[in-house]
Amino acid sequence: MIPEIGQLALILALALALVQAIFPIAGAHKGNTSWIALTKPSALGSLLFMTIAYGCLTYGFLVHDFSIKYVATNSNTSLPTLYLITGVWGAHEGSLLFWAYTLSIWTGVVTLFSRSVPQAMVARVVGVMGIVTVGFLLFMLLTSNPFVRLLNPPAEGRDLNPLLQDPGLAIHPPMLYMGYVGFSVAFAFAIAAMLSGRLDAAWARWSRPWTNVAWMFLTLGIVIGSWWAYYELGWGGWWFWDPVENASFMPWIIGTALIHSLAVTEKRGAFKAWTVLLAIFAFSLCLLGTFLVRSGVLTSVHAFATDPSRGVFILLFLSVIIGGSLLLYSWRASQIRSSVHFKLISRETGLLLNNVILVVTACSILLGTLYPLVLDALGVGKISVGPPYFNSVFIPLTAPLAALVGVGALAHWKREDGLVLARKLAIPLVLSVGGGFAISIWLLPFFDWGAVLGLVLAIWVTLTMSLWFREQGGVAGAMGALKNITRAGWGMFFGHLGIAIFIVGVALTSIYSTEKDLRIEKGQSYSLGGYDFLFNGAERTAGPNYLADRGEVVVSKDGEHVVTLHPEKRDYRSGMPMTEAGIDAGLTRDLFVALGEPLGDQGAWSLRIYHKPFVRWIWLGGLFMSFGALLAALDKRYFRLARKARLEAEAQAAEGAA
Amino acid sequence: MRRFWFFALLLLPVLVLANIEAYRFDDPAKEARYRGLIAELRCLVCQNQNLADSNAELAQDMRRQTYEMVQNGSSNEEIVTFMVQRYGDFVLYSPPFRPSTALLWIGPFIIFVVGVVILLIFIRRRNKEPEVELSSAEHARAQSLLDNKK
Repeated sequence: MIPEIGQLALILALALALVQAIFPIAGAHKGNTSWIALTKPSALGSLLFMTIAYGCLTYGFLVHDFSIKYVATNSNTSLPTLYLITGVWGAHEGSLLFWAYTLSIWTGVVTLFSRSVPQAMVARVVGVMGIVTVGFLLFMLLTSNPFVRLLNPPAEGRDLNPLLQDPGLAIHPPMLYMGYVGFSVAFAFAIAAMLSGRLDAAWARWSRPWTNVAWMFLTLGIVIGSWWAYYELGWGGWWFWDPVENASFMPWIIGTALIHSLAVTEKRGAFKAWTVLLAIFAFSLCLLGTFLVRSGVLTSVHAFATDPSRGVFILLFLSVIIGGSLLLYSWRASQIRSSVHFKLISRETGLLLNNVILVVTACSILLGTLYPLVLDALGVGKISVGPPYFNSVFIPLTAPLAALVGVGALAHWKREDGLVLARKLAIPLVLSVGGGFAISIWLLPFFDWGAVLGLVLAIWVTLTMSLWFREQGGVAGAMGALKNITRAGWGMFFGHLGIAIFIVGVALTSIYSTEKDLRIEKGQSYSLGGYDFLFNGAERTAGPNYLADRGEVVVSKDGEHVVTLHPEKRDYRSGMPMTEAGIDAGLTRDLFVALGEPLGDQGAWSLRIYHKPFVRWIWLGGLFMSFGALLAALDKRYFRLARKARLEAEAQAAEGAA
Repeated sequence: MRRFWFFALLLLPVLVLANIEAYRFDDPAKEARYRGLIAELRCLVCQNQNLADSNAELAQDMRRQTYEMVQNGSSNEEIVTFMVQRYGDFVLYSPPFRPSTALLWIGPFIIFVVGVVILLIFIRRRNKEPEVELSSAEHARAQSLLDNKK
């Protein structure tokens, strides 16, 4: 009964989404206020039914209703409650439901928090989001229904993919999806602005906070995903340029370009057409990412052939959304004329360079990700494109970008005296080059050019941003800066510092990590990176739905106890062995121990030990970036506008009453 | 101790079902080369994993092969050539430059040049256009749009 209610709720949500997709846009076009008035009820109604549908599937998981095929395939009675809840988005059908539900939530939030935006604009925005909702719900109902029942329900379900049975995964997909779907708001604003023919600074201002929030979620999602891979996959890697990772990274890069380009559009009224195009591409890449990951095309191009209905629908949906918006763009873009002047040396040029580099980077990653698929589909041969390729493309492109970060922030809008700017930058340049070399020569284990590059860039970004900070204070100095800098300014400051932190993490971890695979007996110890690892054997233990070998490794430094680690090797009921590494996290280094196999019957085991300097800085940098985006989205000017709108609405209401 | 290691190694294929092997190298440089190689060679039966990260049986065999070749003094090129002959280009995470992969390797460079050229044309053309100053009426309209409709 419950699954049927869920099914019915999905269909009703679709019906309301159709209303939401048609009437507000048509109403805004015709100036029909009663049609526009349907915006909020249809969006909130759709959200209500999506909540019911989502609740029904979650309920199915919680009560182990194995008559639902999706529940039977992805859970069993011994699965802990947390993973019953997160299992809802653990596979294809459920994750689509989750995606659509997130979209409903974003739509609902947009209808509730857009008082400062004209009604017709909100109607168009919500209408565009309605079109996307319709697409997803149709895809689900036609090809990937999560509520499909089994005629003969099994007594016990199968297992949730053991990789996904982890708290990190409880938050990774929701964050990522919040980001993906959040870009639909930026997209909808761009389309709405084109529909209305009013692409102006006001549009950029409305869409900026949403875009920042979406970007924040996407950043968090990627950071958590990387961190999860680091400790859960067991091999201490934090990024493998896997297509699945690239699928989330490409929209992130274009999204980064978008939040910078929106700044120019809002402050200077320039680059309007370009900003719209970026908004379209950012969301298109989010859609592409969702489908690339979930359609199975990455595992094998031929997965498409085995279930053509899904593939055909995806291609159709993508071409409607992307093709439709590009058509609209080509029609409207010619009418957009901005003739804002700026000199070659100016913040505008800096931000344009930022955009060009980011877009080129994203295109290159797309090329590397799709190339093997295309070759395979053409039957030309099977190749692998992996980290060596991506690193050799990514680093030369993004190193200049990092060098530009602080310079762009220091340059003024419109025009900047190159000589003055150069004079300002001379001292930071000397200090960062000197500092980078000094640290590499005297403080690091051995000299490496990559480390020099990373450190110079990181110090350079920090110093130029500090200079920016100092300049904001004017004559009052640092205290003045603390007072003068807006939240948006702080957002930029923290976001850019995040880049410096991230670079330090990446450079030092990739170059100075040490690792050792060894055979170790109970009572033996091994030294790595200045730490002694004493192995105290391993014993058999049982978890709720797995059996495990649990090792004990006592780590000490210069005879002093540092930490006791318990790496585990788990066997889940699905038969997949999983490593749970023992990790001691630290600001300057991580110690990472993974348990291998028993060797012989003397109680010896194979063990892998890592010493990873500064690896935390990679994720710390990401956290700084997302915190910066949050600050920027909470800038006071948005609240001021909202308050003003509210007061005016009240005044109007009072007038009407009188 | 040494004999014990030898013994453990002999038993490896039987005992080790997964991924942490206690290979011993007579030279740390060889160990570093081994690590580099297994990081850049692909496990052919896995979805997307290098030899270092995989616990598939094939990956173990290939690691063993790599280890033996490194230990016996083969150069990196020899080992890579051997692997490609045996398993094809698919085994390399850094695809070789061939007609079919030319676009892959040159592509980013082309995209970059195109991007910069477009950027330069854009800046040039923009600064040739006369700057349209908003009339005071337009200014007022813009201001009222920004203020009122929010």
